[in-house]
Amino acid sequence: MNPDADSAAVRARGLTKRFGGDTAVSEIDLHLARGEMLALLGPNGAGKTTTVEICEGFLRPDAGQVRVLGLDPVDQGARLRPRIGVMPQGGGAYPGVRTEEMLRLVAACCAEPLDPAWLLDVLGLHGARTIPYKRLSGGQQQRLSLACALVGRPELVFLDEPTAGMDAHARNLVWELMSALRADGVGVLLTTHLMDEAETLADRVMIVDHGRVLARGTPEELTSGNEQHRELHFRARPKLNLEPLLTALPEGCSAREVRPGQYLVRGHIDPQTVSTVTAWCAQHGVMADELRIGRRSLEDVFLELTGRGLRA
Amino acid sequence: MTRQESSDSAYERIDDESDHTTRAPVFPPGTFRPAPGRANPMRMLATQTRAEALLTLRHPEQALLTLLIPLVLLIGMSTLDLGLVEQPRVDSVTPRILALAVMSTGFTGQAIALGFDRRYGVIKRLSATALPRWVLIAGRVLAALVVVALQTVVLGGTALALGWHPSGAGVAAAIPVLILGTLVFGASGVLVGGALRAETVLAVANTVWFALLLAGGLAIPTRHLPGVMSSLAEYLPSGALAEALGACLTEGTAPTARALLVLLCWGVVTGALAVRTTRLS
Repeated sequence: MNPDADSAAVRARGLTKRFGGDTAVSEIDLHLARGEMLALLGPNGAGKTTTVEICEGFLRPDAGQVRVLGLDPVDQGARLRPRIGVMPQGGGAYPGVRTEEMLRLVAACCAEPLDPAWLLDVLGLHGARTIPYKRLSGGQQQRLSLACALVGRPELVFLDEPTAGMDAHARNLVWELMSALRADGVGVLLTTHLMDEAETLADRVMIVDHGRVLARGTPEELTSGNEQHRELHFRARPKLNLEPLLTALPEGCSAREVRPGQYLVRGHIDPQTVSTVTAWCAQHGVMADELRIGRRSLEDVFLELTGRGLRA
Repeated sequence: MTRQESSDSAYERIDDESDHTTRAPVFPPGTFRPAPGRANPMRMLATQTRAEALLTLRHPEQALLTLLIPLVLLIGMSTLDLGLVEQPRVDSVTPRILALAVMSTGFTGQAIALGFDRRYGVIKRLSATALPRWVLIAGRVLAALVVVALQTVVLGGTALALGWHPSGAGVAAAIPVLILGTLVFGASGVLVGGALRAETVLAVANTVWFALLLAGGLAIPTRHLPGVMSSLAEYLPSGALAEALGACLTEGTAPTARALLVLLCWGVVTGALAVRTTRLS
C-alpha cells in the first residue's frame, strides 16, 4: 500500500519559528485533509506567511514537525515540489520577463501542464501577454503568480493572500477558481485577512494572531456560538449616546459601538427588542443601516478573540 | 404583450450587467484534476538557459555593459595611440578587452541580475516549482557562457577587422581560459548579488567593475601600472585573466601557472563564501 495514500495533505504539530528575538509562530498545529480548503485568517504579522513558508519548505521550524503529502518539506523538497503549487505573497518573476514567457517557463518544468494560453485568458491576462513583469499592476502580478501556482496541475496549492491587491472583479474570478480547485480534489491552504474569503470558501478556518491559533473549526462552528444569544447589528453615525437604549432594553441585553458607526446589541433578541432598538433610532432621527439579526459573523468572532479588527 | 416586452428588456439589462461585472469563466469539472509531475531535466535546462540568456541580451543596460563599452574601448584603444600599449596595439588590447567582457558578464552582469531577480522574487518563485536547484544554477551558468561566447565572436570579429593576428594554437587554448574566467567572475558575481540589497548590489558591482577596469590590468596592462599597484593587479582575477588570455592569444604560449592559480583561488574562495551567504529573496 502506498504510505502516502491515506495521509493528510498537511499535518503539522507544534510549529515554532523565531526570527531573532521575535517569535513569529508559536506551537501551531495544523491539519489539512486531501482535497480540503483550509484558511489561515489573521491580520498582517499574525504568522500566516511564516506558517505557510514552513509548509512549503522555505523555512525550517525551530521546533515542531511538519509533513506535506507525507514528506518533509525541507529534506524531501525535491520530491515534494513537483506535486505542489505555490503562490508566494507578492508574486515573483524576472523583472524583465514578459507575462507569457514567465508562465511558459514555469509550465516547462511540469510533466502535464495546463495550457498556458488558456490560463492567461481565463485570468484576464491575455492583453498583458507581452508586458514585462515589472510593468504589470499589483493585481496582474498576483494573477500571474496564481497562474504559475496552478499550471502544473498540483494536488495541493499554497495560496498566500491570493486576492491581495485585486479589484472586485478579479477577486470574484479567483474565488470561483478556488472553488473549482476544491471541487476537483485539489487541497488548498489559503492565507487571508478577508473575512468573506475565509467564510464563503473554506471548509475550515484557523484564526491566528501573534503567532498563535486562537480558534479553529468550520465557519459554521466558529460563528454559531450560543443560539440563545443572537446578535443585532446596525450601522449609524458614530458616537451615539447608548444610555437611553440600554435603559429601554430588557435585562441582560448589552449594546455597544464595536467600531465607529458599527453598533452591536447582544442578549435575548426577540421582535420586542428589535422594536425597542428601532424606536430608539427613530427618536434620535437615526437611520439604522444594514440592520441585521443573526449569528455572529467571523469578523465578530475575530474581534472578540483579538480585541481588534482585521484591517485595522 | 407590454409585460412581455418589459420583462424581456429587464432580462437584457441583467445580461448586460452580468456581462460587465460577473462574466466569470466557467471551469468545467475536472479542469484542475491533479496530474503533477516533473518535466525532463535536460529540457528544463535548455528552456532555463535560453530564457536567462534572452533576458540578459534584451536588457539595455546589460547590453551596454557587456557589448557596447567593450566594443568602444576595443576600437578606441586599438586606433588611438595613448602611448600605454605595445605595437601592434590591437594584439595587446584584444585579450584584455575579452577579459573585460568576461568580467562584465560574469561579475557585474550576474551580480546585478541576481540582486534584482531576488528583489522581484523570481528565485523563490522558481525554487517553489519542480525545477531542481541544480538546473536553476546550471541554467544561469550556461546562459553566462552563451553570452560570453557571443561577446567573444563580436569582439573577436571586430578585432580581426582591426588587424588582430591571434596565435592559431592560442585560440584553442583561450577557450578553456574564457570558460574558467566566466566561472570565477560568476562566483564573485553571485557572492555580491546573492546577499545584498538590490541597490547596494548595483553600486558595488559597478564600482568594482570600474576599479578593476582602471587598476586591475584591463585598460592598462599590469606592468604599466604604477608601483605597488602593478604587482597587486597580478593577483586580482582581472589581471590574472588578462594575463592568461594575453599569453594564449598574443604570445601563443600556455598561460602561467600563477595566473591560473590566482583565478582558481578567487573562484574557490568567492564560490565557497557565496554558497553560505546567498539568499533566495
